[in-house]
Amino acid sequence: MDLVATVVDGILLGGLYALFASGLSLIFGVMRLVNIAHGDLIVLSAFIALVVTDHFGVHPLVSLVLVVPFMALLGYGLQRGIFNRALDSDILRPVLVSFGVSVFLQNALLQTFSADSRRLQAGNLETLHLDLPGGMAVGVLPCLMFMVALVVIGGLQLLLYHTELGRAFRSVSDDQQTAQLMGINNAHLFGLAMALSLAIVSVAGVFLGIRTNFDPSIGPTRMIFACEAIIIGGLGDLWGTLLGGVILGIAQTLGAWINPGYQILAGHFVFLAILTLRPQGIFAKIR
Amino acid sequence: MESNGPLLEARALTAFYGDFQALFDIDFRIERNETVAIIGSNGAGKSTLLKSITGLVRAKAEAISFDGQAIGGNPPYRIVGQGISMVPEGRRLFPSLSVEENLSIGAYSKRQGPWNLEAVYAVFPMLKEKRSVPATALSGGQQQMVAIGRALMANPRLLLCDEISLGLAPVIIKEIYAQLEGISANGTTLVIVEQDIKRAMAVSDRVYCIREGRVVLEGRPRDLGREEMTKAYFGM
Amino acid sequence: MNEAVRIERSTRISRLFAAFGLLLLFFLITAPFYLARSELYLLVEIFSYLALASLWNLLAGYTGLASIGQQGFVGLGGYSLFALTIFFRMPPILAVLVAGIVAALLAIPTAWVIFRLKGAYFAIGTWVVAEVYRLVFAQVSALGAGSGTSLPTQVVQSIAPTRAARDNVIYWTGLGLVVAVLAVTYLILRSRWGLALTAIRDSESAAESVGVDNYRTKFIIYFLTAGATGSVGALISMQKLRISPEAAFSVNDWTAFVIFIVVIGGIGRMEGPLIGTIVFFLLRGFLADLGPWYFMLLGAFAIIITLTMPKGIAGWLAERFDLDLFPLRRRVRLPKQKSNENPSKNPEISGIGRVGI
Repeated sequence: MDLVATVVDGILLGGLYALFASGLSLIFGVMRLVNIAHGDLIVLSAFIALVVTDHFGVHPLVSLVLVVPFMALLGYGLQRGIFNRALDSDILRPVLVSFGVSVFLQNALLQTFSADSRRLQAGNLETLHLDLPGGMAVGVLPCLMFMVALVVIGGLQLLLYHTELGRAFRSVSDDQQTAQLMGINNAHLFGLAMALSLAIVSVAGVFLGIRTNFDPSIGPTRMIFACEAIIIGGLGDLWGTLLGGVILGIAQTLGAWINPGYQILAGHFVFLAILTLRPQGIFAKIR
Repeated sequence: MESNGPLLEARALTAFYGDFQALFDIDFRIERNETVAIIGSNGAGKSTLLKSITGLVRAKAEAISFDGQAIGGNPPYRIVGQGISMVPEGRRLFPSLSVEENLSIGAYSKRQGPWNLEAVYAVFPMLKEKRSVPATALSGGQQQMVAIGRALMANPRLLLCDEISLGLAPVIIKEIYAQLEGISANGTTLVIVEQDIKRAMAVSDRVYCIREGRVVLEGRPRDLGREEMTKAYFGM
Repeated sequence: MNEAVRIERSTRISRLFAAFGLLLLFFLITAPFYLARSELYLLVEIFSYLALASLWNLLAGYTGLASIGQQGFVGLGGYSLFALTIFFRMPPILAVLVAGIVAALLAIPTAWVIFRLKGAYFAIGTWVVAEVYRLVFAQVSALGAGSGTSLPTQVVQSIAPTRAARDNVIYWTGLGLVVAVLAVTYLILRSRWGLALTAIRDSESAAESVGVDNYRTKFIIYFLTAGATGSVGALISMQKLRISPEAAFSVNDWTAFVIFIVVIGGIGRMEGPLIGTIVFFLLRGFLADLGPWYFMLLGAFAIIITLTMPKGIAGWLAERFDLDLFPLRRRVRLPKQKSNENPSKNPEISGIGRVGI
């Protein structure tokens, strides 16, 4: 029973990791950018939600009404102001620039909010649980996170395969130069992709803030989880990313079940193992 | 909008790839409803010329004008919006998109005109049955048709075709050029880049020969003999 | 006209620089005799950062392996030193070298796994591996687990009997390390290998087509830099007399700062780490009190330089003044040319005047 509950926890945790990862996966698909500051942007969202909830006295999920548009706008600006300039060259520049953004963000948060651990207060949501047959209980919050992940990924798939914007994203992903010949303004499109990515990030950030204590330094680890989920699942496939998140989540909860200090390490081991045995991931699309 | 004067004009056009100069002071014009052929061997600068026109290679503002307006230096997406469309060398279809999606994305710039999916399928009927197939799964000739259809979906006033016969069987080439004639007859101005001198001279109203980044010969096919063209082409 | 075209490597500037370097080396070797303890300590820090930066430059700037996980080898070196001196009673200075060997050996399976990743995912993979090393050592209670441990007194004594002598030994080891790193890096870059590296960095497929074995070359460089980084890491922990997972494997200290140094100084140029280290320590001297603002400034600075001056200060100097301190380029010397005339002024040889790195 204990083991089953652990695995279920892991699956649901995978939903959160899939949320972390889908924004990253989208921009990697569209512009081959891996945003090292991704995790710090998740944490930034949590802090902004904190400010909004403190100021307006609303529930964290309600704060999304402000947080999502804010982060989307920030994403557009960040892309057009900084990342677009780093994109048209070698692999080193985007890594360096996003690393610089990561360092800058972490310390800006540190300066503004101090290193204290924070939490978003979600009231009942944190403790509500469903009693399942067999005596097992699952938290409502993890279930909600997982469902939101499903909705987000489903929504992204719909966008990519059934809208003109999605077609444009896929065209640019295939061939940036020819996409321009179609009348696509790549700079603007990349901005939109990053805006969408950060909109998803902000949802992930709020859930993160409700679920665990957060502080300015936890960003990089979240980014690593997102990348691990993407690579385990296979580059270029969003449902694969969900599966990757689930596998990572299960690995971590099982690791924690053996010994709490092993949680993150277990995730890393599974990631490295999959990288060794099946480097293209489970459902690879992009090579 | 002028109704006389050339549709496209290039004056003293130069182009660089980094330090390497690919075009030297090219003068070039295309009249409305003409079909102009540009011939030259590999690396002569033909594709570079087309890329300069579409904005993929940066040109000085005054160097290129379209319908009287300076377009040099404009980004490609704006130039497409103004009515210039290109069928790129090697076709460059989007592998992740189906045939129909490739055609649809060609209409991204939302220019008004006679070309839409139905019109393209009317000209290339075999594409209709393959509309949901990934575009790169088609044969070379069919892919070329998709590429041309995709460019037409932007309702261009000027259509640039870069080496569309490359790698195709002669019977397919003949069919494609037949369709192009029809497209031209409907009022689209065409620029065709070719390595095949005979084909170029057969379809065009005027021919430019480019060698090592310079225009070495220009005129109407009936005024220029094969021998003269061959000499200019190879630089003898 | 009998004057032939000559291929030259050194310029007047680089010869001057070499002379200056030798003079500086003399002063550095004799420094313990006239500098204070704290100054020697600072110099060892400078040597460490200069060595780490040169190694990262070789790895990322020349070979194109953008690693953000070198802190893994710094920590490995540190922990190896502690383990070797505590459990095997190895003489500390020898342990510095052996720690490097340990790090290099662990680089083998590391590379085997993470070379499957490309581009930015490779970078993150290196970080994951570093994290794994950190988390593993945080579980080793014999070395202090999460809170770390201090170097036992008898080990400290075995470095040298008196405190002053210990400082000197550590200092000279640091100086030796950085000189060795710079010398070996220079020799690698000067050799055919150096051209191979630049070829790989510029275009992997083109490099392969001319016969460069990409995988093997990248692997060897990764192996060597890991080993050297490990030795530097061993020295750093030895100087601190203390180790902890957080300090030994710190991303900030051993990757962020190092990257900053190389980016500002100039990636892909040997002068880069030198210039960058000087700039870094100057900035640190003036600004470190500012806490998070200092880091924000470094981060912003690195972003701006990467976007506007991608070749860093060294690159700017090289282009603007044709300044090459390390004679790595092969210059075509046409007849009747003054040796420090700017080649780009002569249009006939622009493009062929600068061959090599």
